[in-house]
Amino acid sequence: MIAPATVQVVRDAIRTRARSAADVCREALNRIEALDPQLHAFNTVVAERALARAEAIDRDRSRWRDAPLAGVPVALKDNLCTRAVRTTASSRILDTFVPPYSATVVERLETAGAVIVGKTNCDEFAMGSSNENSAFGPVRNPWAIDRIPGGSSGGSAASVAAGIVPLALGSDTGGSIRQPAALCGIIGLKPTYGRVSRYGLIAFGSSLDQIGPMTRTAHDAALALSVLAGADPADATSAPEPVPDYVAALTGDVRGARIGVPRRLLEQGVDGEVTRAIDAALDTLESRGATLVDVDLPHARYAIPVYYLVATAEASSNLARYDGVRYGFRANEPDLRAMYVRTRAQGFGAEVKRRIMLGTYVLSAGYYDAYYLKAQQVRTLILRDYDRAFERVDVVAMPTSPTPAFPIGERVSDPLQMYLADIFTVSANLAGLPAISVPCGFTASRLPVGLQLTGRRFDEATLLRIADAYERDTEWSKQLPPIASR
Amino acid sequence: MPSGFTRQQVSAIAALANLELDAAELDLFARQLGDILTAAEAVQAVDTTGVPPTASTVTRHASDRPDEAGPCLDREESLANAPDASLDAGFFKVPRVIG
Repeated sequence: MIAPATVQVVRDAIRTRARSAADVCREALNRIEALDPQLHAFNTVVAERALARAEAIDRDRSRWRDAPLAGVPVALKDNLCTRAVRTTASSRILDTFVPPYSATVVERLETAGAVIVGKTNCDEFAMGSSNENSAFGPVRNPWAIDRIPGGSSGGSAASVAAGIVPLALGSDTGGSIRQPAALCGIIGLKPTYGRVSRYGLIAFGSSLDQIGPMTRTAHDAALALSVLAGADPADATSAPEPVPDYVAALTGDVRGARIGVPRRLLEQGVDGEVTRAIDAALDTLESRGATLVDVDLPHARYAIPVYYLVATAEASSNLARYDGVRYGFRANEPDLRAMYVRTRAQGFGAEVKRRIMLGTYVLSAGYYDAYYLKAQQVRTLILRDYDRAFERVDVVAMPTSPTPAFPIGERVSDPLQMYLADIFTVSANLAGLPAISVPCGFTASRLPVGLQLTGRRFDEATLLRIADAYERDTEWSKQLPPIASR
Repeated sequence: MPSGFTRQQVSAIAALANLELDAAELDLFARQLGDILTAAEAVQAVDTTGVPPTASTVTRHASDRPDEAGPCLDREESLANAPDASLDAGFFKVPRVIG
């Protein structure tokens, strides 16, 4: 197998006719066939649809000449609706669901010339940090097949890391793009809340969910975000702010950039090898002319409880719609109420039920003020911490995940332990801020480590600029897992 | 309260959530929900006097649009995923509600 290309390389090869879109598409499909039996990254592969589309692009080159993603194979997390293509959210309750419409991001990608090759495995309804909550079984980490790829967008991360596609979309409610990107050694960008339309994303926590790109390079993430971002009449929370040219922002220059480091937050609970990789990355950025500044985020340590109170409350409300009436699985019962409860009991997996239960409880009479309202107030304080930090710095840096990828099965029986994987990622969702995970090294046993940068609202350009400059100085993002070069 | 959920309490929450849990799930969730909420009680220690809640981080909504009817899903497509539907009448069907 040849080394996997980037979005930029594939797109340029097709533009210059060095390769045909159909050839590129066939190669992606071949890699799925060769690697997916081990990785289990795809729920659905749409080979015929993809080839037909690639051939159509080849037939009409002049029409697609300036399309930013012409002929680029793309994988979509299976919680993004695709018209006429099965969309399951990795849940039994949506096992046979075929959406009658496509998500706005899907339409934007296809308008830009992308060729969708399949739908990727994820934690059920995007609830999880390891991909072990998928009703269809876990995805495996391309770097270590006995380990989790992270979650919930684990299939998207694995498919990019293994060189199957140069671009995949994920969704991120509490770290679900960034954490699997970190654990699989790729770039993952969660945009500012509202930057990308959520129309057609199967809802989990509506005030937290964002869709974003997962790529091998910061340049590719910039290219993809330029396609995905922008206001959408179908999503009232999508932002009217103009979309800058993210690729033009990649100057390679970080001189003068002020990078905040919340040292106190990082004192405890971070794996030693992760700490060393992060410190080395910060040294690299400093040597390129960035300034490191100590910042304090005093409420960040409450982010996990706040997140699990807010996100589960929103989830319990969002998932009330799965009742066996309009779509999805229905349990056969002669009585309406029995039909509802058995449909949900049989259709949802354990973690989804756990979160629905928790969310229902914190919203219930008598507990609302003590849990939900209190969590929303502490959410305000977390947001203010960042506002204060951004008066002094341009971005805040910390590890994406406190540990590298852990073995499959290690944390499944302890949800609380699993939730701690999200300690550094949930704050960006609670505060609505953009954040990126950038590969910044490996542990001694060759497990990837990711550096997370969080920025000001709508300042994805600065995150991408710093990530790109760092990449130019390091070789991490050029490394391939052994499985990809077999 | 949290640390000591009983089966009955878990069962009552399940009923609110339109879920049915078996005996093993009731025991498991009684313990796990208790553990999670005990950990979540850390937020109680934070002084939030006068702090407004944040429900959404949207600061600026896209501008209003004219209230005009546009294209929408047709009836057949809307019913296509239903476990039981009457295509002729254009209805989703559910088990009998009224005797």
